This record gives sequence, C-alpha cells and structure tokens, in this order.
Amino acid sequence: MPDKSVVGKTGKPFKMQVDWSKVREFARAIKDPNPIYFDPEAAKKETGGIPVPVTFLQTSAFWTDETSSPGFGGFDMRRILHGEQEFEFFKPIFVGDTLTGITKVADFYEKEGGRGGKMTFLVTETEYTNQKNEKVAVSRSTLIETGQAVKA
Amino acid sequence: MAAKLKYDSVKVGDEVPKIVIEGVTRPDFVRYAGASGDFVPLHYDQTFVEAAGIPTVFAQGMFTAGLLSRAVTDYVGIGNVRQYKVRFATRVWPGDVVTCTGKVTNKLERDGEKQIEGDLTVLNQKGEPAIRGSFRAACA
Repeated sequence: MPDKSVVGKTGKPFKMQVDWSKVREFARAIKDPNPIYFDPEAAKKETGGIPVPVTFLQTSAFWTDETSSPGFGGFDMRRILHGEQEFEFFKPIFVGDTLTGITKVADFYEKEGGRGGKMTFLVTETEYTNQKNEKVAVSRSTLIETGQAVKA
Repeated sequence: MAAKLKYDSVKVGDEVPKIVIEGVTRPDFVRYAGASGDFVPLHYDQTFVEAAGIPTVFAQGMFTAGLLSRAVTDYVGIGNVRQYKVRFATRVWPGDVVTCTGKVTNKLERDGEKQIEGDLTVLNQKGEPAIRGSFRAACA
C-alpha cells in the first residue's frame, strides 16, 4: 500500500514522439471524424500542422516504463478506479513534435467511501515540454483504490 | 488554430452542440485500449471482471472522456482548448447510449486572451451522469 510519503516523488523524464499514425488511430477510437486529423493539407491550412485530440496525451502509456513512474506501486488493479482527469494546455502540440514528460505524485489522501469501503486517492501530474523546451501541457490524474472490489 | 468562437457572440448559458453515440460496444473499448495503451483488463477481459465480481466489461473512463472532448473541439475549434477536466461517475456499459452535452458558464480574460468556461456532462440512456466535467477555451 502506498502512503503519504510518496507525495513529491518524481519519475525519470520520458520522451514521446507525436506520430501521425497514432493520432489517426486515436481520433478513430474516440469517434472523431474531423478531417484535420486525417488530411495534412487541411490541417496545415487550418492550424499550421496536424494537432492532437484533447485527451491524446493518454497515449504516453506507450512511452513510459517503470522508471518514468514516481513509484507509487502497490495498488490492487481489481480495486483501481480512475476518478478524475485534467489537461491544461499552454502551447499547441503537433504531429512531428518530440515531447518530454516528467511525472510526479502531487497528492495522496484517504477518505471513508460508501459502497467500496475506505478509499485511497493518488494524484499524479505529468508536465510536458516540446523540442523547443516550451511547456506545452500538464496532465493530472486522480486514481482511487477502493477498500474492496466495487460491485456494479 | 482552427476557427475560434467569437467572444462577443458567446453568451453565458449557450449550449455546446450535443453529441449522441447510439450504443457503445465492446469492440469500441478494445479499439480504445489499443489506441491509448490503457490495457487495464476491466475493459475487455470478461473472465477478469467476473472474478472481480463485476457482471461485464465496461468503458474506459477516458474512452468516454474522448467522446466528450469532441463535443468541445467541435464547438471551440481544435487548438483553442486551454483546460479540460472530467470526473467519472456512473460506469458506461456495452449498449449504453451516450449523450455528451455542455453549457457556457463564464466569460473571462486570462493570459491575455478572451476565454470562456463551461460545464460538461455525459449522460447514459437513463439520464444518469457518467461524467461531469468542465472546459476553458480561447475565443477570438
């Protein structure tokens, strides 16, 4: 079980290439037919490049490993809920960018829950910079471990 | 950036045009797993979920959040979103009809830009919220 001492821990920075094939695949998966993801000419005219969907930074999962995690392990996968997710954007992200992400544990707290018993909350923040060293985005996740498997 | 909304023509209370997905499917969840790299087995492995006492696989919260994000980008233009936040409530099950809605709640100036803020909701066919969220976006 993780505890409060995990707050402030950071993982190793990781690189993430923003690939067109992944952007297309992701846009399809979220049922977004906007031609801007599929037509480079249209995208160039409209936004200066092929942009990424709002929640695309979730695909950082393909670029991280255990060393990029701040090391809050010990959560039971059968009892994990994704409680909240937030993205803040400071500069545009385009296909062709190389992002560097660094993840830290921003908060940890416990609450008495209803159906699932005691709940443990873990908030992680990943800050992304691009190849020009500009801060482009922050992704903030709240994970909840319930006291027991939550029944439907 | 994609065409921005005109700040002066947006009013508090304006609705984000809604998006309705008529019945999400298990293949949708599998496709999202592959696209996103979220391989938590709760979303595609029936044996695993039954062992955990859950009747069937259910949607990744971020799959539904992705459906909702399109309502926002269709409205404010891709590249103009400054913040997007979702809180997950009721789970989304195979066959659910997912309705993504939103409403402008505030107009403001921030970071030298004219911006709007809004609330977002995803409802299932019973009218239960699957997601409550919010956004902030730049306007022209």
